[in-house]
This record gives sequence, C-alpha cells and structure tokens, in this order.
Amino acid sequence: MARIAGVDLPADKRIEIALTYIYGIGRPTARRILTNTGVNPNVRVKQLSEEDTAKLRILIEREHKVEGALRGEMAMNIKRLMDIGAYRGLRHRRSLPVRGQRTKTNARTRKGPKKTAGVMKRPTAARPALKK
Amino acid sequence: MARSVKKGPYVVDSLLRKIEVLNRSGDKRVLKTWARRCTILPEFVGHTLAVHNGNKFIPIYVTENMVGHKLGEFVPTRVFRGHGQHVAEKTAAPGK
Repeated sequence: MARIAGVDLPADKRIEIALTYIYGIGRPTARRILTNTGVNPNVRVKQLSEEDTAKLRILIEREHKVEGALRGEMAMNIKRLMDIGAYRGLRHRRSLPVRGQRTKTNARTRKGPKKTAGVMKRPTAARPALKK
Repeated sequence: MARSVKKGPYVVDSLLRKIEVLNRSGDKRVLKTWARRCTILPEFVGHTLAVHNGNKFIPIYVTENMVGHKLGEFVPTRVFRGHGQHVAEKTAAPGK
C-alpha cells in the first residue's frame, strides 16, 4: 500500500492512474511526474518498488501543490476577491456564477437545487400600491 | 481570453497622468473618473478614486490587493432589490 501526500493509492491500478487519486494531480500531471522520475507508468501500485515510491513522493512534495495546500490556496484566492470587494468576490459571496453566465435559467451548479419561489400574494386592498 | 502581455496593462493615460501629479506633490485628493476599464497599477495604491457607476461617483480606496484589477470591478452598476413582495406590489398596481 503506497501512501503519497496523505492519500492511499489503490493497489490494483496502474501507477499512472493511481496518482490521479491525489487531489491536484490529473492525467497530464501524473504522466509528467512518471517521465521525470523514470518510473514505468504501466506498473501496478502493489508491484511498485520502495525506491520508486520514495522517488515519486519526493518529486510530488518538491514540485507540486496538492491536497490541503492546494485547497487552501484556492480558498485564499476566493477570500482575497471577497475582501477587496471586487465584483467576482460578490458573486462568490452570493454563490452565483462568477464569469458572467446567465442566471435567468440554468446556473444550477452554483445555485444548487431549484427552490420554487411562489409569488407572495398580498391582499390587494390591504396594501395600497406604491407606484402608478 | 487574456490580454496579450506584449501590450502591457490597459491604463487610461489621462488618469495615470493626474495620479502621477498627485504622487509627486504628495497630496491625496479624490479623483473623479469614468474610466472603469482602467487597470489599477501599483501607482494607484493609497489614493481614493471616485468611480462612476452610471449614476453617480462611488469613492474607492485603492489597496495593494486591488492591483491588476479594473476600477469598474469595485463599483457595481446594478442594484438588485429582490423578487417576491416587490412583484406582488407591481401586479397590484394596475388595479388601483
């Protein structure tokens, strides 16, 4: 059982795939790490030698921001936008789309599940209309 | 798409000139500007700029963190007053 950056890698997968279980490492990064360390990408994690595991661990620690550190960095970036009062920060605060997408429809990823907002009808006589 | 690095940041020249004058004389004055599209440069830090929002000028104190953003990012042009009750009032209006 190889453990890199605080993540247990799945023993039966090829190392190229297994590395992508680490947050911050995808397929391209995994490939680059393997070519840089000279580890065969096709070897299974359970067959990986100790020195190869060590090599991978060292390289990832030295050159890649992964897991908690990466999440922290992203949170800081967003916090910065919110603190300086930028438009993008306001959008984050309200959890609405940040990059100018429409919100009349869609935008469900940011807004979450649909909340039907029924028209709040008031008795017409009780409240005199303000305009017109 | 991001702006080409070759061109450098987009800055409204007239605004930059006014700020440089302020920097040289060392006094702080609120500068009114319509240049929402102007990038904030390190020279701007510490000044207060009144940026137009389409209606009036909103004073913005420029801090170090704002460098690289545009002036307009800090001055919203729209006011969202919410849905719901407001809508109900409007629909009630023609009856009156």
